[in-house]
Amino acid sequence: MTRKELVVSALENGTVLDHIPAENVYKALDLLGLKDIESQITIGINLTSKAQGRKGIIKIADRFFEDEELGKLALIAPKATVNIIRDFKVVEKKKLETPAEVIGIAKCRNPKCVTNHQPIRTWFKTVVSGDEISLKCHYCEKNTDIRHAF
Amino acid sequence: MAKSLISIRDFTKEEILHVLETAREFEQNREQKFLEGKVIASLFFEPSTRTRLSFETAINRLGAKVIGFSDASNTSQSKGETLKDTIKMVNNYVDMIVMRHPLEGSSRYASEVATVPVVNAGDGANQHPSQTLLDLYSILQTQGRLEGLTINMVGDLKYGRTTHSLLQAMSHFNPRFIFTAPEELKMPKEYKDFLDAKGIEYIETTSLDEYLNDCDILYMTRVQQERFTDLMEYERVKDVYTLNASMLGSVKDNMKILHPLPRVTEIDQDVDETPYAYYFKQAENGLYVRMAIISYLLGYR
Repeated sequence: MTRKELVVSALENGTVLDHIPAENVYKALDLLGLKDIESQITIGINLTSKAQGRKGIIKIADRFFEDEELGKLALIAPKATVNIIRDFKVVEKKKLETPAEVIGIAKCRNPKCVTNHQPIRTWFKTVVSGDEISLKCHYCEKNTDIRHAF
Repeated sequence: MAKSLISIRDFTKEEILHVLETAREFEQNREQKFLEGKVIASLFFEPSTRTRLSFETAINRLGAKVIGFSDASNTSQSKGETLKDTIKMVNNYVDMIVMRHPLEGSSRYASEVATVPVVNAGDGANQHPSQTLLDLYSILQTQGRLEGLTINMVGDLKYGRTTHSLLQAMSHFNPRFIFTAPEELKMPKEYKDFLDAKGIEYIETTSLDEYLNDCDILYMTRVQQERFTDLMEYERVKDVYTLNASMLGSVKDNMKILHPLPRVTEIDQDVDETPYAYYFKQAENGLYVRMAIISYLLGYR
């Protein structure tokens, strides 16, 4: 039994995204475009974490991410860790960096914002204040809490 | 992309002062037709008679011609044309676009689509920078300076975009603020954070009487029904402050009352005859300031 579990969780080549807030695992899959890919993905939700209480983990086989893609993850999981696996070994650990701008992926929460009425690509500046991240809309100049932007 | 005026923050302190200086020149001589041969579009996707007439008069007094509309209901926007296509089309015809639109951020977007300068004449509850510049001009004209003044803002400080923009613009000039508003309409936290970060002092009160005698400028605003999504909230606060002449007995001699107009009940008519009333002259100043904005953006001043 133990051996079989290992087969499921061990990754030969790929990426392990750890310490994602449990409630944001589905959002993370969405933001990273992992919903429609063919590679093997292992997902853990509500795993026990000393630091976070409940955490989530995503293991993706044969997939490596650009820094720009990981920037998106930083918005909803600023404390996530990224482990790059090659030949069953962790060859690199990356820290996430919050991007200065978020273009084309988030939604402005202001119902009167022009981006919600015209076919316009959204564009935000990231505003970090302590642990809180919000997005300031380039167009209507209103702030959207990151928890409501995706 | 040409230099546009979308948000008051698009102008540096130097540009603000330059426009105010230029406005003074137009106040002394408003017959200066150096834009003869130019065509300027005045696109009002929602009606605003006061702002539109002021801009169109400014354009005419500078000698340029105006094209445009005062209401989007009989334009191709009502047929479903995108804002982008409307702006692209108009952009081919004119030297500048003045635009008002009910959606917030629409003018910024238009300035990115257009190659000619765009002047935001109001985008929903967001920005209305020509109003801010005429407020600054009126403060400068009545006080002889912009530095170190105490501004008491009264009324709807939550939804009132004029107060938000004026606060941002005045932050260049070492001011002190008094925010007089009911609990429901207090100055939003993001603007207070902005002042805190700049080390600018402010006091909040719900009483109009409390700091009336301490200010150089009393900036009154109307509680605008159209900005409320909750009508009950509007009913509770709509008549919360009424200024009348009997309240002005001990105010500072230099104190002036500004109001972006139209007023409803917040300033009694008996205030009009006092030496403190400046709101009608303030509206007239809008003409000179808009002439200055247009001349500056087109590179003539």
